[in-house]
Amino acid sequence: MRNSMRSLIVLLVAALLAPLPAAAESIARVGIDEVEAQDGLAAWLVAEPSVPIVVVEAAFPRGSARDPQGKEGLALMTAALLDEGAGPYDSEAFRTLLEDNSIELSFSADRDALYVSLTTLAPNLDLAVELLTLALTDPRFDKEPVERIRNQLLVRLARAEEDPRQVASRTFYATIFEGHPYARPSDGTPDSIKAIKRADIDAFRKEALTRAGLKIAIVGDIDAARAAALLEASFGKLPEGTRPPALPEAALQNLGEVKVVTRDNPQTVLLLGAPGLERRDPDFVPAYVMNYVLGGGGFASRLMEEVREKRGLAYSVSSGLLALKAAGLLQAGAGTENASAARSLDLIRAELSRMGQAGVSADELKAAKLYLTGSFPLRFDSNAKIARELLDIQLDELGIDYINERNGLIEAVTTDDIARVAKRLLGEGSYLVVAVGAPEGLAPSP
Amino acid sequence: MSLKILLRRALVLGALLVAAPALAEESRPALAEALKSALAVESFTLKNGMQAIVIPDHRMPVATHMVWYRIGAADEEPGVSGIAHFLEHLMFKGTKKIPPGEFSKIVARNGGQDNAFTSQDYTAYFQRVAVDRLPLVMEMEADRMVNLVLSDEVVTPERAVIVEERSMRIDNDPAAELDEQMDAALFLNHPYGIPIIGWKREMQALTREDAIAFYQRYYTPSDAILVVAGDVTLEEVKALAEKTYGRLKGREVAPRVRPQEPPPSAARRVDMVDARAKSPSFERRYLAPSYRTAEPGLAEAIEVLNDILGAHSTSLLYRRLVVEKGIAAAASSWYDGDAYDPSVFSVSAIPRQGVSLAEVEAGVDGVIAELLKTGVTAQDTDRAVKRVLADALYIRDNQFAMARFYGAALTSGRSIEDIEALPDRIAAVTPEAVMAAARLVLDMRRSVTGTLSPEPGKAEERAP
Repeated sequence: MRNSMRSLIVLLVAALLAPLPAAAESIARVGIDEVEAQDGLAAWLVAEPSVPIVVVEAAFPRGSARDPQGKEGLALMTAALLDEGAGPYDSEAFRTLLEDNSIELSFSADRDALYVSLTTLAPNLDLAVELLTLALTDPRFDKEPVERIRNQLLVRLARAEEDPRQVASRTFYATIFEGHPYARPSDGTPDSIKAIKRADIDAFRKEALTRAGLKIAIVGDIDAARAAALLEASFGKLPEGTRPPALPEAALQNLGEVKVVTRDNPQTVLLLGAPGLERRDPDFVPAYVMNYVLGGGGFASRLMEEVREKRGLAYSVSSGLLALKAAGLLQAGAGTENASAARSLDLIRAELSRMGQAGVSADELKAAKLYLTGSFPLRFDSNAKIARELLDIQLDELGIDYINERNGLIEAVTTDDIARVAKRLLGEGSYLVVAVGAPEGLAPSP
Repeated sequence: MSLKILLRRALVLGALLVAAPALAEESRPALAEALKSALAVESFTLKNGMQAIVIPDHRMPVATHMVWYRIGAADEEPGVSGIAHFLEHLMFKGTKKIPPGEFSKIVARNGGQDNAFTSQDYTAYFQRVAVDRLPLVMEMEADRMVNLVLSDEVVTPERAVIVEERSMRIDNDPAAELDEQMDAALFLNHPYGIPIIGWKREMQALTREDAIAFYQRYYTPSDAILVVAGDVTLEEVKALAEKTYGRLKGREVAPRVRPQEPPPSAARRVDMVDARAKSPSFERRYLAPSYRTAEPGLAEAIEVLNDILGAHSTSLLYRRLVVEKGIAAAASSWYDGDAYDPSVFSVSAIPRQGVSLAEVEAGVDGVIAELLKTGVTAQDTDRAVKRVLADALYIRDNQFAMARFYGAALTSGRSIEDIEALPDRIAAVTPEAVMAAARLVLDMRRSVTGTLSPEPGKAEERAP
């Protein structure tokens, strides 16, 4: 026993003295190739033959922010219908081919993009690519699946009303982006979902599913030649198209306002919004490190320490940077007993403001760097995770060498950098507050 | 209608032959072999009785380290519901060597991530780290296995935290409250009827002494399982385990004997009305044997039954109720075979807007009656068996999922040999076995039916 304890101390000291040997270098193991097919069509590839799985992740730069007025939810509904029948296969035939062959093909949408995700066992790659190609180029949108998916989206909207976190998020976006396309609900409203016609869906997919601005990542048991053939056979069949015009930059609205949505729940869901940064902003990396100290770092974060550890006011409390294409914001949130809602809110506000005024200490910065650099390889320990990272890096336009540069960028951040960016984002001390529940002592803005 | 389905199926199969000389063409034994190699692991047992599983995955120099205790919420004494989960939280509060609140911070300063989870049958702790930090986290985990120090100063706020966790997961969500009520009605005598997180009033009364008593009784290497997945070899893990966990003294823990269910003899019903519910829902749960309690092959047959009945969008429930009749927005089934004691098979459905709960319930009853009456074909069974085998292959891509699968299986009383036999047992499932499983499980006397609706009768009305 005593030996065990002594060795523990030795290990702890050793660990702190030698921050990052294996972790920092291991990233070099992720070798990315750029595979080019015809006409500039390209994908990032990591060949990883040790597990017989192939993952394809891709994104088209047109998301729900492009939904027409009154047709909110169109991108989402289109995505939900792309695997519901294509080419010679009706919905059931198509889904039977997928399910009988354990091929996972799904489409989704957020405000900025429409995504496709394909995961298949390597022996099924040809069939998987054939089905992907049909879904991309010749979706059927038959009446039965269109009405079925429409009803599912309506039920989903009703159920979202039951979930205070979803209610808070919807209210938050509508308020902080008031007047901008980002304010509109990406999952639509009952009226807008009912208003969507088959022609709208077909028009959206024709506009969205093109090669313009398309980003693709391929990971797994596949070599470069086969990956190029995959590209030609699938995405290569899409029209060239044009990139959508940039969205107008979204200035944050209603900072300083308090919105209360009453729900007969024991716990209040709190969301706070403050200015953040877009990913291309030169201060994004310092802001990211700052957010780790503030509320992104789990038990190492200030919000967790003040709200949960010291006072037991919440189970969940955190903050994060939301970097959209045309807006950046910092969002903090917690779930706290109605009677403590005002107290928890005061504590969170105080931490945001303290950060805005004083930034972080040298010790906090050091701990943040140790975690953020040391944990980076954990994002790359499966084919599926590598594919998602590769797609995100392309969407953020960070370059094919980013994986090897990234830890250096974190290491370069100084306390002065963080003080500067913290002042820029949180110095005004003016936040949007959304509370869903029956919070006590929390008055909505008039 | 059934003719149309038959024709459609014939069409699909024709297409398959043309398009896919692939997986659907693979034989069951070939898929079973593939799954066996995907699930292959190594293992050893320390002298103090602690079992260890090693899952090599050399793609990245990282490791997932887990310690699983064969102890969960269903092992609690009456009156202290939630203590297993509360102790899980308190295990982060420090030891003689690690100050309160430092455990996770040390892991983070080493570039690692850590957390823990509690179920009815197990409590598990994990860290994900660069592989060179494995010695550190093993040392820390071994330390808190026997050296936990708790003061009221850390216990009191943490008790408020678990109550807030309950509010977030259960009390803020009418569907989660129905879930609790259904399990309470399904299990008349077994502690599976008590929520893992605990009943609120009992949680509020939990003390430091309750936690210490539970810890001293159950936390010992002989009752724990080590699982390490990642860039490691058996020899490396064994050497580290001997230096850390191997130095702890094992202690006898009484065998797990929980109160069991009497033979079920009456269908039960829980109709919950909650104004917060915006969309009505229906679920039925049946008592079902688990892998540990079932005769060899039965749990595998229930797994295949689940695939045929409701695991997919081409399964019977979705096809009949969502696609053909168009009365449900969703319809599915699930089976939890990874339980120490007899467990649950569930079917559920959500009415389409404008359709009553009663109509959807009748629809589900109709599908089950159809299945019991017409049976399953050899072709249905073959497709389902292959899907179950092939879907399971994906687990090998994720070291965390592999580690979690083994931890949950072993703490649910399954052995490594059981897992090795699993692919062949699934491959051997016949239509007769599926139907025997269906007749056994889908018996109303073993069931509780639950509904959630916004107000009495409201969901029964048809929309104009």
